[in-house]
Amino acid sequence: MDNKQPAVSMRGITKTFGKVVANDHVSIDIYKGEILSLLGENGSGKTTLMNMLSGIYYPDSGHIYINGREEFIHSPKDALDLGIGMVHQHFKLVDVMTATENIILGLNEGKFDLKAASKRISEICDRYGFELDPNQKIYDMSVSQKQTVEIVKMLYRKADILILDEPTAVLTPQETERLFDVLRNMKKDGKAIIIITHKLNEVLEISDWVDILNKGKFIGNLKTSETNTQEMTDMMVGHAVKLDIERPEPKDAKPRIIVKGLTVSSADGIRKLDDVSFDIRSGEILGIAGISGSGQRELLEAIAGLQKIDTGEITYIDDSGKKSNLVGEDPEAIAEMGVALSFVPEDRLGMGLVGNMDLTDNMMLRSFRKGKGPFTDRKIPQNLAKEVVEELSVDTPGLSTPVRRLSGGNVQKVLVGREIASNPTVLLTAYAVRGLDINSSYVIYDLMNRQKEKGVAVVYVGEDLDVLLELADRILVLCGGKVSGILDGRTANKNEVGLLMTSLGGAS
Amino acid sequence: MKNKTKNGTGLHIVKRASISWYKAMGIRAIALVCAILVCAIVTWALTRESPLEVMATIFGGSFASQRRFWVMMQDLSVLLLISLAMAPAFRMKFWNIGGEGQVMIGCLATAACMITLGNRLPNGLVILLSLISAVIAGGIWGLIPAVCKAKWNTNETLFTLMMNYVAIQLCAYFIILWEKPKGSGKVGIINQSSHAGWLPVIGRYKYLLTVIVAAAVTIFIFCYMKYSKHGYELAVVGESQNTARYVGIRVGRVIVRTMLLSGAVCGLTGFMLVAGSDHTITTTLANGRGFTAVLVAWMAKFNPFGMIFTSFLITFMSKGAGEVATNFNLNESFSDILTSIIIFFLIGCEFFIQYRIVRKKEAK
Repeated sequence: MDNKQPAVSMRGITKTFGKVVANDHVSIDIYKGEILSLLGENGSGKTTLMNMLSGIYYPDSGHIYINGREEFIHSPKDALDLGIGMVHQHFKLVDVMTATENIILGLNEGKFDLKAASKRISEICDRYGFELDPNQKIYDMSVSQKQTVEIVKMLYRKADILILDEPTAVLTPQETERLFDVLRNMKKDGKAIIIITHKLNEVLEISDWVDILNKGKFIGNLKTSETNTQEMTDMMVGHAVKLDIERPEPKDAKPRIIVKGLTVSSADGIRKLDDVSFDIRSGEILGIAGISGSGQRELLEAIAGLQKIDTGEITYIDDSGKKSNLVGEDPEAIAEMGVALSFVPEDRLGMGLVGNMDLTDNMMLRSFRKGKGPFTDRKIPQNLAKEVVEELSVDTPGLSTPVRRLSGGNVQKVLVGREIASNPTVLLTAYAVRGLDINSSYVIYDLMNRQKEKGVAVVYVGEDLDVLLELADRILVLCGGKVSGILDGRTANKNEVGLLMTSLGGAS
Repeated sequence: MKNKTKNGTGLHIVKRASISWYKAMGIRAIALVCAILVCAIVTWALTRESPLEVMATIFGGSFASQRRFWVMMQDLSVLLLISLAMAPAFRMKFWNIGGEGQVMIGCLATAACMITLGNRLPNGLVILLSLISAVIAGGIWGLIPAVCKAKWNTNETLFTLMMNYVAIQLCAYFIILWEKPKGSGKVGIINQSSHAGWLPVIGRYKYLLTVIVAAAVTIFIFCYMKYSKHGYELAVVGESQNTARYVGIRVGRVIVRTMLLSGAVCGLTGFMLVAGSDHTITTTLANGRGFTAVLVAWMAKFNPFGMIFTSFLITFMSKGAGEVATNFNLNESFSDILTSIIIFFLIGCEFFIQYRIVRKKEAK
């Protein structure tokens, strides 16, 4: 280690929530003019650690030194006074206000002068290469623009230690590139930057150092230029894992659902899907790729009966060849038609599960209508919950724990476990592994492969192209609500898919 | 730099992960004791009466005589019935504050049956028709805002509130129509001589029937919310309409059905008030209990058995406060002050049930 003084030095930080030890004597250093990646699986304590630096939590024990002096950070305001700014995963902006108004909100600079403020904002943007219109309202902005506002907000408050919590999770590859350019400029300007992430390729691309946490403990500090994906993965999960995903050959694939000319508009009349045609086949995994918001959600919800359809056909074909039309039916009607359709939606706690209900009651969501009489039968869902907990090794204090208390990976296991338990013939999944750690992700891939082998038609909407290319038999690429190509998963390459995601021209 | 950043100690508010029921009840009991103490101190400071005597008077308001006890039980039962009606709607996050109107329309339907059919049809039939029409009237009063909510997503709070005024105005109109004697502006005791349409009295206890009905409805609502498919559906709709749609629950239908039940129970309460205890109709018969019931239901977290406790608490305290006001020659406002102090403590203590306060020491 060189003899520079660290901008931030956290020493022996411990934080517990009830019985859960989120951070166990963690020590890290961050230097000016460097980018540090904080790498770890979900629940490894990365965000907790940074929340203590930014004043949201207060450590149970340990010391924090800023520029060599010990400080006690009680609130985000204390943190900002020390020049520490954090950009959270969920943005904290007021929708109806402009970028400038949001940025100066809560600041007490004496005179309230919007003009001077926007001028300073423009200066900051020019200096680091942000693209931002200070007078644009937040509700008119894309996710990436909102993120820019959050970062500029911190810079405006003279933060020189910047924490970004999974900044690329919501960005397209191009937006990620742009963000990284900006971060490099900020680094040149002498700022200390910490990025919380679990994307290994981004760690390699952007950071100088990487600190790895596992289950709340500090595992190691690596120089990015001297490490590789395999080494980081090993440290992150604690043991070596195989990175390749299994892909059994599809057996006896025949069309299960045929979608023809599907067109869907949102409530405000914006066209979300435009003349989409494809088929979903039994015993096969169909991957759906696309920049987020290209119509993936609408497509799955249309098939599941949750989305109003403008025009188009959705036909379900059962094993005997009998065809049924799914357009205009709601989920209950679809189930009554004998179509065994399971759906793992993107919004797990807002749609797939009820956060405040316990595991048993969540299992009951699918089965509560079964049985005669006006009363529900809790025995069956309780047994199912028990099974899911055991088979998928869900980490939960008990069956009567509200699911919102579980970690993201365990929530997803509960949801997928329930959806598979109903013996579907079609399994629709949206971002099934988003936010999940590597082990949980593999559990999910494995479950989907087992379903595929049973002859289920599986749809996998994903964002990680590497996974899509290794898992899916065919890949449907959406771009701006249109199908820009359907590729063979075994022969397609990343470049080809990436091109189709960004331009329809790739198809012609 | 500010002082507090320099030292590592201070008070922190931490959200509790969970709390055992006995701890929660303990906190509520402490709050109740504090409330009574503050009431006593306030009374003493303002009137120089002995706090002990004041507390005895509060207690006496409900328990000084058998009659008082039964009046308290009657009021408790009525409040409990309306609270029970609110519970399913609130669990569904349908903010029904129209309990008042739903009760009043039930009262009106009962009075109409008693006045127009009494002495013409057999007594049993009059009672039965009163009951049915009160339940239907209350149900309709709940149904109208529910249908509009389900169809056009109207704001149920404003809608149910307005329905209160409509119901009260309707009552006012019919009271003038039926007034007896003419010019008094009052209906008086309906069928005073014949007792037609009056509910039978069990033994010597005039109010026992209401208590029994309240107990039965408590058990019914408890089972409905906890064990029935309907109860499960309305809980899912309340937690997340998206989830409900996703699993194929028809949200509009659940809203309409639940409000029909909620209104019907209010209608039943109106029937009990007119046919069971008061035998008359005035525009203030519900007496704000449609709103107090919202408080009772919330404080008990929509648990029907918890509502027995919270409605007892509210009734007990308001009886006690009223008694203090009369015994010590104070006006009505004073009893309102005492009731407010108690409600303040009871709601305020929920904070300590949700959160705990931790003193942090810096290990240095």
